[in-house]
Amino acid sequence: MSAVRAELPRDWVETHVVSGLRTLPSRVGTFCRLELYRVRHDQTELVTRAIQPALWLLVFGETFSHFHVIPTGKIPYLDYMAPGIMAQSALFIAIFYGIQIIWERDFGILTRLLATPTAGAALVTGKAFAAGVRAAVQSFIIFVLSAILGVHLNWNPVHLLAAVLVVVVSAAFFSCLSVTIAGLVLTRERLMGIGQAITMPLFFASNALYPVREMPSWLQVLSRINPLSYEVDALRGLLLGTPSDFALDAMVLIAAMLAGIAAASALLRRLAS
Amino acid sequence: MSVQAVECAELRHRFGSVQALDGVSFEVREGEIFGLLGPNGAGKTTTMKVLVTLLRPQAGSARVFGLDVRRQTMAVRRWIGYLPQQLSADGALSGYENVWLFTRLYDVPRRERQSRIAEVLSLMDLQEAAGRLVKTYSGGMVRRLELAQALVNRPRLLILDEPSIGLDPVARSDLWDRVRRLRSETGMTVLLTTHYMDEAEQLCERVALMHRGRIAAIGAPEELKAGLGPETTMDQVFRHYTGSQIDQVGSIRDVRSARRTAARLG
Ligand SMILES: Nc1ncnc2c1ncn2[C@@H]1O[C@H](COP(=O)(O)OP(=O)(O)O)[C@@H](O)[C@H]1O
Ligand SMILES: [Mg+2]
Repeated sequence: MSAVRAELPRDWVETHVVSGLRTLPSRVGTFCRLELYRVRHDQTELVTRAIQPALWLLVFGETFSHFHVIPTGKIPYLDYMAPGIMAQSALFIAIFYGIQIIWERDFGILTRLLATPTAGAALVTGKAFAAGVRAAVQSFIIFVLSAILGVHLNWNPVHLLAAVLVVVVSAAFFSCLSVTIAGLVLTRERLMGIGQAITMPLFFASNALYPVREMPSWLQVLSRINPLSYEVDALRGLLLGTPSDFALDAMVLIAAMLAGIAAASALLRRLAS
Repeated sequence: MSVQAVECAELRHRFGSVQALDGVSFEVREGEIFGLLGPNGAGKTTTMKVLVTLLRPQAGSARVFGLDVRRQTMAVRRWIGYLPQQLSADGALSGYENVWLFTRLYDVPRRERQSRIAEVLSLMDLQEAAGRLVKTYSGGMVRRLELAQALVNRPRLLILDEPSIGLDPVARSDLWDRVRRLRSETGMTVLLTTHYMDEAEQLCERVALMHRGRIAAIGAPEELKAGLGPETTMDQVFRHYTGSQIDQVGSIRDVRSARRTAARLG
């Protein structure tokens, strides 16, 4: 091994803000690539995590398509539901990702990452996008499954790319939500409880399974403030061609993600100390 | 006068009702192997966390090669290779991927990345195992991998928190041989903690005995022993300054975390 480097100037200050911004793209790229390595090492997980959404599509989707009980306009219920299930699967993965960060804390992995020249916000952003990568891979499996089940999907590559971005940004938000809760409750047990307690309400208080106008009014309000609804709306518009407000959806999701990153970064120190 | 590798002055830090650091002052000279010894709860890990900028001390100052740990956080981190007390490599990734991650986190330039990874893996004799998932590694291999990760940055200061805990005697002496060789080949400064007095005595040019957040004594092992009379052993020095038995197994917390690590690594 070669000799140590030349000495740095004694007054060298690399602030967190400057360093964070400068290294951000590289850190995000790094953690995303690392996530792909993880996926490659554990492909069975991709399959096991696809079972539940597959059952939703097969059992719930096929059954309700048959009975025509949910008014979804011209499109079959199975088609209507498929983007909702993609979003659901991404949601579960993202929430679980936050729980995993507590594991990393408990094992000292997080401590070690925080001792590298990586600003907390860059670490959080990197991890958030890694959750997005994982969610996008999983959503792709559901996309293929939907196609096999005969859902009429739009194969326009621009739409598909936009749909991937929607899933990534949404998963980044939900993983930060989970990290934020982790930073507040601090233990894995409590986070598991809260994680389970919020994922189902987030899913049901959204437009994932049925049109908002069919809901009781209080649920409509919840659905309007639920980022998952905007994700589903965007995915439906992109993949099925239903009317949607993509600009609004994208704005809400990006704003939610930025707020999530800010909150999770602010609480990261608390998690690591 | 050349700058010291580490200078701590009157460091104080309190966690709730526990005064973890109660005025810690010491210096580590460039190029030496320095041991921080003391019973569990003495404040060794807390001191190291201050030096690696993971913890901002409530009072006092600390410098690493003249850089202020409070103000020059990122610069300090670039000088240090740090092994925390718990096994910290990622079991779900291969050895190669674990090292690759660190070349990225320390911004090793792209054209040097592959050669740097190969260099540190071969230095730690892990080339053969590099493609395997780390959860299949033995404890000694994980420690070597963590050392490899810590070296990608070519640090000037290596901070090792209980690196030999949980290792069998062969793996332990192998680890210390590597640390000694690294120091003699690169001139790197090493700051370490250990529970084993024989290791500290063989390895360290100087040691500090810590007790209840304070430095109770500091000096070369021979000096400290001679100070208490002829035929004194290092164990006796430890007992004299810290008033406690050497706790070979570690605290409940350490044991629990070691078990968890073992479970994770499968
Ligand atoms: N994050 C923390 N929160 C509360 N107490 C802590 C924390 N970290 C350390 N302590 C306490 O500070 C004291 C010193 O701990 P530590 O530096 O880990 O000791 P050592 O490494 O010498 O065993 C101990 O009493 C420990 O319980
Ligand atoms: Mg300790």
